[in-house]
Amino acid sequence: MSEVVARLDGITKSFLGVPVLRGVDLELRAGEVHALMGENGAGKSTLLKVLAGVHRPDSGRILLGGNEVSFATPRDAQAAGIAIIHQELNLLPHRTVAENVFLGREPVRRGQVDRRAMVAETRRLLDWLGEDGIDPEAGVVRLPVAQRQVVEIVKALSADARVLAMDEPTAALADHEVELLYDLVARLRDRGMAILYVSHRMREVFDLSQRITVLKDGAFVTCSPTEELTSDQLVRHMVGRPLDALYPERPTEPGEVRISLRDAGNDRVRDLTFDVRAGEIVGLAGLQGSGRSAIARAIWGVEPFTAGVLERDGEPVRIPNPRTAVRKGIGYVTEDRKGEGLALRQSVRDNALLVRRAALRGQAARRASDLAALLKSVNVVAQGPHQEVRYLSGGNQQKVVLGKWLAVRPNVLIVDEPTRGIDVGAKQAVYQLLRDLAADGMAILMISSELPELIGMSDRILVMHEGAIAGALPAGASEEAVMGLATGHGIGEVA
Amino acid sequence: MSVVQEKVSVVRRAAPQGRRFVLTPTVTVYLALVALLVVGSVLVGLKGGVLLDEGGILNILTRSTVLGLVAVGQTMAIVTGSLDLSVAYLIGLCSLVAAETMAGDTSMIAPAVVLVLVVAASVGLVNGLVITVLKANAFIATLGVALILRGYLEHNYTGPAGSVPRAFQHLGYDRIGPIPAATLLMLLIAAGVWWYLRRTRTGYHMYAVGGDIEVARLSGVRTSRTIVTAHVLCSLMAGLAGIFLASRLGSGAPYVGMDAGYDLESIAAVVLGGTVLAGGRGGVVGTIGGVLILSTLDTVFDDLAVDPFFKNVVRGVVLIIAVALYARSKGNGRTS
Repeated sequence: MSEVVARLDGITKSFLGVPVLRGVDLELRAGEVHALMGENGAGKSTLLKVLAGVHRPDSGRILLGGNEVSFATPRDAQAAGIAIIHQELNLLPHRTVAENVFLGREPVRRGQVDRRAMVAETRRLLDWLGEDGIDPEAGVVRLPVAQRQVVEIVKALSADARVLAMDEPTAALADHEVELLYDLVARLRDRGMAILYVSHRMREVFDLSQRITVLKDGAFVTCSPTEELTSDQLVRHMVGRPLDALYPERPTEPGEVRISLRDAGNDRVRDLTFDVRAGEIVGLAGLQGSGRSAIARAIWGVEPFTAGVLERDGEPVRIPNPRTAVRKGIGYVTEDRKGEGLALRQSVRDNALLVRRAALRGQAARRASDLAALLKSVNVVAQGPHQEVRYLSGGNQQKVVLGKWLAVRPNVLIVDEPTRGIDVGAKQAVYQLLRDLAADGMAILMISSELPELIGMSDRILVMHEGAIAGALPAGASEEAVMGLATGHGIGEVA
Repeated sequence: MSVVQEKVSVVRRAAPQGRRFVLTPTVTVYLALVALLVVGSVLVGLKGGVLLDEGGILNILTRSTVLGLVAVGQTMAIVTGSLDLSVAYLIGLCSLVAAETMAGDTSMIAPAVVLVLVVAASVGLVNGLVITVLKANAFIATLGVALILRGYLEHNYTGPAGSVPRAFQHLGYDRIGPIPAATLLMLLIAAGVWWYLRRTRTGYHMYAVGGDIEVARLSGVRTSRTIVTAHVLCSLMAGLAGIFLASRLGSGAPYVGMDAGYDLESIAAVVLGGTVLAGGRGGVVGTIGGVLILSTLDTVFDDLAVDPFFKNVVRGVVLIIAVALYARSKGNGRTS
């Protein structure tokens, strides 16, 4: 068994008297990816921040190579060889790659920053990672997201980093970028780095990790080699519910056609012909850039269709902008919850009433009497309607977004990556909510890059490939069938 | 301006395909300055005057000296994501400290200068600490300090006080050809600040804190120390401006900074020079361009004997156009 590089021993931490960590143990070994799992609020990020020197533990010990250490600042942790990739990208877009990599520890020569050394060392680290395509002197703003993540990792790797802790590193990445990251993590692991990997994505954890620790409500639940765990067991450890209950049943007989496309298209998608009926959830699958989200944006009037016909409840309509879409009863839960879905610094109440206030007029726009019922219908757990949404967990934020649409009673709902970055328990709540809405007659178009979720939820799956529908699959199709169509190889049955 | 050329080449390298020439705010502001000098010369010429004769150049540069000092300091505060509204009263206070300490005595020049710098640095320290320790918003914090300084000045002074020795007035009036010595001094200091921002760790950290304070903090940058440093340096520059004004006026004048509106004027010059008000981007080179544009505008208006109210209208329009232009060219890949 390989060497233990870092050990956390009985770590406890409370904020304002609320215990967040209750005696957590963790061992990180050289050349091993150790996954840290748990629902939101289980204490994963807090534990990471203790390791990173952002928070000081109330009690417990941190041991590095057998010696007890104590970090007063992130700088101390970094100096001790602990590299952290935080959940949000931590780069300055308007500085160069090298400037970002050395931020906070710029080499100084004769009183000024040694830019040549900075660039050379950055280039060396990029080469070491096999990422020599990135120019150390390029502005970060010019790099695609996947490369920014590489820069982030290079930045975290000070010369003698031995521990790399990553907090949901794939949250901001597209599918193909995730593959690149996997590869990078594997390379780092093979070079003897001890890696702590926090993620909600079950498959990532099984693909990448050798060992899994589960936290629940701030307490240590279990730690075991990945190969000895099944995903069912893992979910049970995390939420105390078996996996097969994750997706609700599909009871519905679809009703009348709510949205109908006939040969519709624009610059990014073409020849779209399909219906979405009341009571059904239609899944849209496809690789990143295949036109999944472009369909949603076209229907919702962001980039409207330029060809073909869009019918709403049997009537041809034009939807030239989002405002019209809202007024025609179409809601759109966007992919980017924090950026496009919510005003983070506003209250639950203001967010929930946002669309109603914007889209309706007069008395109807001011109505707030049903707020409590509205929030209850989406099961938002908040301290109250006046709490700012940025303090809510991802799952509760997403429920507020759903609530904001339900406030104007749409009968068509487009949801794009509805469970991105939220934990298993909250995912299940969102699934149940979507299914309940469908049962009440909502027509739902669901986009997701998580295939198990798409397959588990959809009554039909349309698979996009290069801007067109490559095929339609019935409920319960296999992942292979979907991927076959999405990559342009397989032939699916037409539903 | 070799610095400007360097910036252009950096942008070209970063964008090998596509647009060949990118107008960064720094380039734009100097192009605008040249355009303004041409148009101004023509307008003044039509009225039978000459804009850029010795008197005109002297006028532009003298105006630029005090504003330049203040604006270069303000640049550091703004790049760091802060700003300083207390500079105007601080200038008045510093001119008084200088003139009263000297009290006509040549031997007191050096102690007076040191004392002014200590006073100015202390005010900057207070600004910085109120922002970082008391967590007050920079706008409110420095406005508060400005009010405190104003109260002190109004309570203790009704008009000019103190006097500087004749020898000290050389600072304000000596020239080398048509160029005032103080202007050269100001440009030298600006070059020093340019070096400081672009070549030292603290300078790098100012851009980082202004760019995203959380990213800076998580990267191990001592964010509070950086903000305090920026404010101390900003106030020191205002102190130098006060010393220069004492030298020109021969005595200390409590409201000299406020009457000229150096608080908002310096922020306007910085923004005109392309520094983003939210921080993290921009620099001293642009600020000097912004200062020169504002002084040239004033000189042109004086030569044309334009109504002072109309003058402000034009200045406002220029400022808004500039910021709108920069907003349109955002994402042009400037890396600093």
